[in-house]
Amino acid sequence: MSDMRYEAPKTVEAAVALLAGANGAARMLAGGTDLLIQMRGGRIQPELLVDLKGIPEMTSIVAENGSFRFGAAVGCMVLVEHEAFAKAWPGVTDAVKLIGSIQIKGRATVGGNVCNASPAADSVPALIAAGAIASIVGPKGRRDARVEDIATAPGKTSLAKGEIVVSFLLPRRPPHSGDAYLRFIPRTEMDIAVVGAGINLTLDDKGVCTQARVSLGAVAERALLVPEAAAALIGTKVDAAALKRLAAAASAACKPIDDKRGTKIYRIKVAGVLARRAAEIALDRARRKN
Amino acid sequence: MAKHHVTATLNGNDVEFLCETHQTLLDVLRDDLHLTGSKEGCGSGDCGACSVTLDGRLICACLMLGVEAQGKSIETIEGMAVGDKLHPLQRKFLEHAALQCGICTPGFLIASRSLLERNPDPTEEEVRFWLAGNLCRCTGYHKIVEAVLDAAREMRGA
Repeated sequence: MSDMRYEAPKTVEAAVALLAGANGAARMLAGGTDLLIQMRGGRIQPELLVDLKGIPEMTSIVAENGSFRFGAAVGCMVLVEHEAFAKAWPGVTDAVKLIGSIQIKGRATVGGNVCNASPAADSVPALIAAGAIASIVGPKGRRDARVEDIATAPGKTSLAKGEIVVSFLLPRRPPHSGDAYLRFIPRTEMDIAVVGAGINLTLDDKGVCTQARVSLGAVAERALLVPEAAAALIGTKVDAAALKRLAAAASAACKPIDDKRGTKIYRIKVAGVLARRAAEIALDRARRKN
Repeated sequence: MAKHHVTATLNGNDVEFLCETHQTLLDVLRDDLHLTGSKEGCGSGDCGACSVTLDGRLICACLMLGVEAQGKSIETIEGMAVGDKLHPLQRKFLEHAALQCGICTPGFLIASRSLLERNPDPTEEEVRFWLAGNLCRCTGYHKIVEAVLDAAREMRGA
């Protein structure tokens, strides 16, 4: 462990070159709140650490014509304290606020939350619902990917060797749009989601839902985009009947495991309840936004 | 491999140290700089006993490498009192008996100061949520929350 190399490149291209050129195990270091624990526990013994926090593109938040692009290595506390971002994307902000303690959020990053590929990562269903697009740079250049296409299974991603998630784009939304994220844990703070539900919806001038995205966390091997649940809302005024169909579709999409936080049956039931409650919050936010 | 040469600011003073890549900031503070006020409880970011601030932001020193401190400003419990004059939070922790064994206390004080810098008038609920990353196995938390609220009142001049 004592011969582990540490590099802090200033550009994405230099970081990609380091990672792609590594002979042994190489790891990206953003917040380090998962990486250091894995190293300490002996689960991984990288020969090279590439610290991404010196790369300006990865640590900045840029607002452009109503869209936001934030670097994958932006600290969670930096993001949730960004007033314009929190106003535009309250659901994503609520989700990021739920990632660990204040201390953890002082270091942890959304890029890390996404790329560690935990099925229970709180920011992921909110980002998927928001339609967030990741900008990825690798040895073959730059590409875009939807957040739902990054994690493939617990701890596994679709990223090729040397590829880095550099930033996330949250596109501009039409008027009367709102998003929300809720998670269920058995405690009031500091726990891992039993179920997480992210909803993002848009209403027309008459209050009819024209667009919706629904995502569930911790109910499958990765966070799910659930188009059937979104379809239950589109074309309705998000009334009680639509919410009931949403809940049923959300529950039907779940493929959870039993573990100490919850049984399969419980998770399936709670997924429907949380999706409905999150939709009610998103609806309220959409009605307030012009 | 040669050790990293790191220069930083520690409690307002320039500091430099040598560290290996795997050493955490907490290792460096305690073992090399001999500042043992920051405690190691869990070593995994759950207990908050190693809370320090980095460029004004509350973090766990056990979850950061020493080499990552290059060019940063670190504040630890050792910088909280000014000479013999305790910080109001330190005084209120004593007055309210907000500690018993004391292992968690430096972390709670640093975390509480970080809260009051951002929010001079927190509600009890806000104090409890902000301090959710700090564990205390002695007090049951009530006295800690009371001490923080009382210190906030005094610091606001209310």
